Order: sequence, then structure tokens, then C-alpha cells
Amino acid sequence: MQVALDILSWLLLIAGSAFALIGAAGLIRFPDVYARMHAAGITDTLGAGLIISGLMIQGGFTLVTVKLAAILIFLLYTSPTSTYALANAAYSRGLQPLLGKRDADTAEKESS
Amino acid sequence: MLHAVSLGLVLYGTWLLFSGIYTPLLMGLGAVSCLAVVGIAHRMDVVDREGHPIHLGWRALTYWMWLAVEIVKANIDVARRILDPKMPIDPVVVTVKASQGSELGQVIYANSITLTPGTVSIRINDNAILVHAIATELAEDIQSGAMDRRVTAMEGAGPPPSEDAR
Amino acid sequence: MMFFAATLAILVTMGLALIRALMGPTVYDRVLAVNTFGTKTVLLIALLGFLTGRPDFLDISLVYALINFIGTIAVLKLIKYGDLGTIGQETEPKP
Repeated sequence: MQVALDILSWLLLIAGSAFALIGAAGLIRFPDVYARMHAAGITDTLGAGLIISGLMIQGGFTLVTVKLAAILIFLLYTSPTSTYALANAAYSRGLQPLLGKRDADTAEKESS
Repeated sequence: MLHAVSLGLVLYGTWLLFSGIYTPLLMGLGAVSCLAVVGIAHRMDVVDREGHPIHLGWRALTYWMWLAVEIVKANIDVARRILDPKMPIDPVVVTVKASQGSELGQVIYANSITLTPGTVSIRINDNAILVHAIATELAEDIQSGAMDRRVTAMEGAGPPPSEDAR
Repeated sequence: MMFFAATLAILVTMGLALIRALMGPTVYDRVLAVNTFGTKTVLLIALLGFLTGRPDFLDISLVYALINFIGTIAVLKLIKYGDLGTIGQETEPKP
């Protein structure tokens, strides 16, 4: 039983790390700030969620798990709020998003 | 009043869970600080349906389950767009209707859109949300209105929303 | 061992976010990268607590999540209104 739980938490941690890395790659690769917000969203939701779930399995039924759950719920409430504040501030200051079909990484030079 | 009592109970429960030390002194200090926080929140006039939405109840939980599945699906879609050079991104800005009655419902809807990777809400104006999506398909998903209907159903079964429209 | 692999992945993620914060080009890219960096710091502190067998680190992690959120919102408010003291009503986009 303990081995099965360990393997499950291993898998969750590895998957969470993979999603965090994918999100960071998108943060580097995408052409403008609005597109990069989507990449940051990956690390903030599924990356953080899977890693904290993996840690919660390690924690078992203790106060540690309660605190981890509190961290996860808090992150899930604040990350859309700050992303919305960022998008709204950028849009209000007149930064126009790049639109239309494009290769993910060609637009780097025209984005400034 | 109901909201103040519920807020106090939630705060005290959080204190007990986070502290983990159950001596009379610390539990008393916790009660005092929870009462102080409820008093300050009452003076700031944030202890109401909007600041402490207990009327959502269990329907919020089923909505969260549905939202979690949506988040995982959207995550995999956006992750493929990042990793696969053959999948071009196609950013669009669209306007979607927010048919919720109250401001709280619209905030829940806009935050759900942002929390789903691939779509970010930019601004809310007159029951409409401006959404930036990274691909046309994801924008069409939002425009189909499935999430909008679910949020409306979740917050709609309570008292009519007109009473807290100030 | 398994916490070590996850910690390494988080550190690489933080490094990439830092590169984006240094590259810019707009101030919003930098704020976004710093916000991601802060979220990863929360996870890093939690993982370090497990790595060293001291779950007390979780309290620090929780407080860091709060500070990170307030910091991001404060910086964005300063950028948007040029003042931290305003009540902040909605402004029309500038041409």
C-alpha cells in the first residue's frame, strides 16, 4: 500500500514538474505578453496543482496536508486575479495584442 | 449577522488547523484575533453576500469538479501548442456575454475563464467580457456558452440577485 | 530522491522565468515573469520542507503566497494609476 502511494506521488510530482517546465518554455517562446499569460497559466494551475497533490499524498492525514491544501486553494484563487489585473493594466495602457495566425516564435522582434 | 457568524467560525477553524498547538492560552488568543478580524471586516462593510458567499453552498463544489476537468483538458491543449512547432498559435480577441445576475457571478465567470489556460479575460463591461484566446478553437469553446450557463446555474438558485444590486 | 528531481525542475523553471524578466521587452512581461517566479518560490519552499524533513517550512510558503499576490497587485496598481493611494476607477484605454 505504501509503495503504491509512493509511486502515485512520484508520478504526480514528475507530471507537475513537466508541466512547470512546459509553461516556462512557453514563457520564453511565445511572441507577446498576452500569449505568455497563457503559458504562465499552465505552470500556475496544473503545474502547482499536481506538485502539491503529490506532496499531499506524502503528507498523509495530518495538518501538513491541510496547509498544502490551503496553499493550493490560495494559489487557485489569486493566480487568475493577478493575471486579470495584468491583462487589464496592459490593455488599459494601450498595449495591443498581436493577432492572427503565426508561428509561435517568429514574432519576437516585432513584439516590442 | 449570519455572514458574520459564519466568517468567525471559518476564521477560527483556520486558526485551529494552522496552529496545531491546543493550549488554552493560544486558543484564547485565536478567538480574540478572530473577533478582531470580524469586527474590522464589519467596519469595512465587506461581510455580505459578495464578500462571504455562503449561499453558493454545495453547488460550488460540483462546479469546481467540472472546472477542474476543463482546466486539465485546456492545459493539455496549450501544452501541445507550446511543444509542437507544427501547431501555430492564432490569438484572437472576442467578446462573450456574461448572463449572470450579480457582480459576484460575473467575477466567478471571468476568473474561471482566466483560470482555464488558453483564455484570459481582459475587461468586464456591461455584462460582456473581453477575452483574449490563444487559438480560435478555444475562443469558440468559450463562445458556445457552456461555462456561462454553468456559472449562472450555480449562483442562480439562491435569492433573486436584484436585492444586492446597489 | 523524488523531491530532489521536482526541486531541480522548479529551479530550472525559475531560471527560465528570470530570463524572461531580464529580456522584457515590456514592463508587463517583467511583472508576469516575476509573478511566475514568486509562484514557483512558494512551491520551492514547500518542496524544500519535504526535502529536509521539516514541514514547518509550509507556514513560510503560505505567507510567501500572500506576499507575492499583494506585491504583484501593488506593482500593477502603480503602473496602471501611477499612485498607490487612489481608489482606482476604471479608465478608458489611452490611444
